[in-house]
Amino acid sequence: MSVQDDRPLLVAEGLTKHYGPHLGCADVSLDIHEGEVVAVVGESGSGKSTLLGLLSTQLLPSAGSVRYRMRDGEERDLFALGEAERRFLLRTDWGFVHQDARLGLRMGVSAGGNVGERLMATGWRHYGRIRAEAEQWLERVEIARDRIDDRPDTFSGGMRQRLQIAKNMVTRPRLIFMDEPTGGLDVSVQARLLDLIRSFVGDYGLAAVIVTHDLAVARLLSHRIVVMRHGRVIETGLTDQVLDDPREPYTQLLVASILQA
Amino acid sequence: MSLDREMIRLDAVTKTFVMHLRGGARLPVVSNVAFAVRGGECVVLGGPSGTGKSSILKMLYGNYRADGGRIDNNGPTGWVDIARAVPRAVLTLRQSTIGYVSQFLRVIPRIGALDIVASSAREIGLDEPAARAKAASLLERLNVPERLWHLPPATFSGGEQQRINIARGFAAERPILLLDEPTASLDGANRAAVVELIEARKRAGAALLGIFHDEDVRDRVADRVIDVTKFAPEASAR
Repeated sequence: MSVQDDRPLLVAEGLTKHYGPHLGCADVSLDIHEGEVVAVVGESGSGKSTLLGLLSTQLLPSAGSVRYRMRDGEERDLFALGEAERRFLLRTDWGFVHQDARLGLRMGVSAGGNVGERLMATGWRHYGRIRAEAEQWLERVEIARDRIDDRPDTFSGGMRQRLQIAKNMVTRPRLIFMDEPTGGLDVSVQARLLDLIRSFVGDYGLAAVIVTHDLAVARLLSHRIVVMRHGRVIETGLTDQVLDDPREPYTQLLVASILQA
Repeated sequence: MSLDREMIRLDAVTKTFVMHLRGGARLPVVSNVAFAVRGGECVVLGGPSGTGKSSILKMLYGNYRADGGRIDNNGPTGWVDIARAVPRAVLTLRQSTIGYVSQFLRVIPRIGALDIVASSAREIGLDEPAARAKAASLLERLNVPERLWHLPPATFSGGEQQRINIARGFAAERPILLLDEPTASLDGANRAAVVELIEARKRAGAALLGIFHDEDVRDRVADRVIDVTKFAPEASAR
């Protein structure tokens, strides 16, 4: 874990989201430091995806705030940013890897185009350079160079996830959000993706928030775990501490329910 | 690392498991644990199984929580009480100061044995070539056949996995090393190799704390044996 600055990168306080009478998540506070990987675990309906949506400002909270330390060092209240500023942040300093690649990729645009788009959003104009950079990133995520002009709807599930990662990484984000990135993939495909995520997080000092229901994924990738149930954080701590010595009844149940191969 | 300097200090450490899946049954493990370990010595935790030896090691590493007491580790910027440290401080302390050889290797999909060991050496700042050289020499000393070095250890035998695990634990040379039955499934030649590795770490001034069921190994490496039964919850309640 590389520590460039002692201040947290992102600070969420009292995040709450109601969907009408329904509770999405309640009173969640969380710090994320540079280079730190936080796994948010829980079962369906626990509020983990709502939390991810709020942290990444894709959802507006009913209450609470998210502050973020921008690249210039200034801390900003994200919900006070203009729409254009927020979109710029999401396309440059942040990444978002969706479980459903169709939400993260433009399926009708070539693989190279998907990656190049983010470069163009940050001011790249030279076609040859954009293509060369895209090629490099495809190679880094183990997609053959000769697939650069193919559209992602011709790719396998694992390739689509790797393309999403390349697309996000190309602008060298400092923080990446992932929503069940390995969900629905075959285990061998999953292993390859996990390996890739692990090496990128280590090599680039990325901070990440990973939502997963899979405790093995959380153990492999994260430094810290946040356990959610019924919209609330019920337990949080070092990943191996929460998994080896779970304290709350629900966390003990989750850990006891893991299948051993 | 310096000889004779206190590196680990435990005081009044208590641990009780509360098993919510069994109606909240309380399982006291240890209480009033107190001892210290100095640089250059290897202290062995003794006593029958189930007396909390492994729990003490895990509380020292921070993957078990302590319910009470202090667990001070001598880190690069002074003493850190791992029982109270925030997660980031625990990770920083592990990175700089505390190594841990667990009983079983936790394999990482797709990563070969040599890379697993080398990545551990890189954690303390060795560059890639130096880390790989260090990893190779450890695998060689532990008699792991070279044809296995580039394979992921998931399919290795228990003994082979354990040797990868030991190599990983010794690849990063930190001032404190915790050993949880590192020789459990090894043959004589490999036990001897582990004894040599332990002696080298002692000479370098590291503080070692371990569990060894194998009496022969224990007698060869231990400077002191601490009988863990004296920390039994009933004993201290008396």
